[in-house]
Amino acid sequence: MANIVLNDVRKKYGNIDAIKGISLDIADGEFLVLVGPSGCGKSTLLRMIAGLESITGGEISIGGRVVNTLEPSERDIAMVFQNYALYPHMTVRQNLAYGLKNRNTPQAEIDRRISDAAKALEIETFLERKPRQLSGGQRQRVAMGRAIVREPAAFLFDEPLSNLDAKLRVQMRVEIKRLQKSLQTTSVYVTHDQMEAMTLADRLVVLNSGVIEQVGTPIELYEKPATTFVATFIGSPSMNLLPSLSSSAWSLAPDINLPQGSATLGIRPEDLHVADGDGATEAFRADVKVAAVELVGAESYVHGHLTDGQPIIFRVAGRSRILMDDIVPVAASRQALHLFDEAGRRKDA
Amino acid sequence: MHNVAFPNKILPYLLVAPQIILTVIFFFWPASQALYQSVMREDPFGLKSGFVGLANFRAVLSDPNYIHALQVTVVFSILTALVSMGVALLLATAADKVVRGQTFYRTLLIWPYAVAPAVAGMLWLFMFNPAMGTFAYLLRRNGFGWDPLLNGDQAMGLVVVAAAWKQISYNFLFFVAGLQAIPKSLIEAASIDGARGARRFWTIVFPLLAPTTFFLLVVNTVYAFFDTFGIIHSVTGGGPAKATETLVYKVYNDGFVNLNLGSSAAQSVILMVIVIALTAFQFRFVEKRVHYG
Repeated sequence: MANIVLNDVRKKYGNIDAIKGISLDIADGEFLVLVGPSGCGKSTLLRMIAGLESITGGEISIGGRVVNTLEPSERDIAMVFQNYALYPHMTVRQNLAYGLKNRNTPQAEIDRRISDAAKALEIETFLERKPRQLSGGQRQRVAMGRAIVREPAAFLFDEPLSNLDAKLRVQMRVEIKRLQKSLQTTSVYVTHDQMEAMTLADRLVVLNSGVIEQVGTPIELYEKPATTFVATFIGSPSMNLLPSLSSSAWSLAPDINLPQGSATLGIRPEDLHVADGDGATEAFRADVKVAAVELVGAESYVHGHLTDGQPIIFRVAGRSRILMDDIVPVAASRQALHLFDEAGRRKDA
Repeated sequence: MHNVAFPNKILPYLLVAPQIILTVIFFFWPASQALYQSVMREDPFGLKSGFVGLANFRAVLSDPNYIHALQVTVVFSILTALVSMGVALLLATAADKVVRGQTFYRTLLIWPYAVAPAVAGMLWLFMFNPAMGTFAYLLRRNGFGWDPLLNGDQAMGLVVVAAAWKQISYNFLFFVAGLQAIPKSLIEAASIDGARGARRFWTIVFPLLAPTTFFLLVVNTVYAFFDTFGIIHSVTGGGPAKATETLVYKVYNDGFVNLNLGSSAAQSVILMVIVIALTAFQFRFVEKRVHYG
């Protein structure tokens, strides 16, 4: 049990700044997710916390202890790797016991922790098997088990679910969340999958090329994205961004006043609806020429263009009767409009 | 089922022919000659030979000199394999840590493999010859009674070092490749799990290198048995007092120097059986303990 504090942490590879000064305060027991596109530095940051990458500048402390120069084994953390990194020549039991044996834990204690973890993860039946005899999902559980038995101050997850198929990923996601809640261990979780990030996180950190774009709860980030980057990264399909505030292709209701300096208008596909003439919900109006309709079962996504050629996506509940080449009037309410300035920063009225 | 084999009837045979011809000419023919000779006895003038059954084998196996050569071979092979693999592993783990100029070091370390066995032997002989060797001079000046021409153990030491030295590069290459094939995340996981230095090496790295080590064990044993003739011939000539006379060297000595063809042929048949048995044994028992990926 410990908090993790990052103070102006930097990483340089030669002349390249990979991490450009990141400060974060991760509370004890918090589940923090680092999310961003590949190459944004999220894995590097996690590996710096783990001690697998050196720290060029700044300070990292775990449980009030500065760990900058400590070996990974001395930081009291456990890590779950993307490829699981199970020791192939050891049985599952030996894999779980290895870290404890290295720390001279008494055998009785090792046995107790292994049986507890095995029970929690439902891996009791294959404790004597080698990793290669396990399926991807089972290996994932063993990797989790290896972290749990250590009873560390913090769990670090490096894209642990990205090698699993979609169904298993959802299942493991729920399980990780449940385990973390019951163990109350501070966790830092790296992913590029915004769905995973949204569902797991107590707090979400969106990283972009080595800097923090925004920190907040998933809902905060969804409802009030601080930048156009966050706006397009969180939510699927991405928010529509219209790069100019005056266009003949769409119109805003005359009584709406936009904040000073607004340059970009953003509307989520799920906030657009087919216009029905109800003025109260039609602060924004446009005609869309339909190019394609994606049916995903419970809802449909309509891809189309505004009359000036701007691409736009909107969501229709259920199975849509909209056909290709139809011209559909769409609308959105004032609350659904996100406004950003020239630099892509959010403007609130 | 559609037949996807070659439509041409002769082409497949032509394609495998080179390999077959090589094997027949350089293995089956000499091996069959050895088998044939091993049951014949040549008269002293080489005019005629007669069938003697297993008499040659009986004579060889009851010869104390042969049993001695067998012991020498076992000692020589074990030492050579251990030294060459041990040093190679040490160098490979060191090279694995080198970040800059890795290719340069690797190239340097591969050179000894390109040296012919006899030349390798001469190199070591020049360095350690008691009459003119630089190192022999240094050893003696420091009070060490170095004389491989009279001391059998020292002679054995010298041939082992020369034979191992030549094989180190080969082993080194395989160990480096083996080390690089170990996923980095495993080493990282081990370091988070609190294993460092020697402990990490023996509990994680070495077990994962086992397939490489096993392969090299087979190769090095066969090398020590068969391919070290040139080194022994040039360094000690099997001496002093047969202290470095291995089985292969004795085959040569009895057959080509003493012209006892029947005995020599019987010895080479026994040698063939030994190596086949040894390799089979290694695959049967050692390989079981090897973990492949």
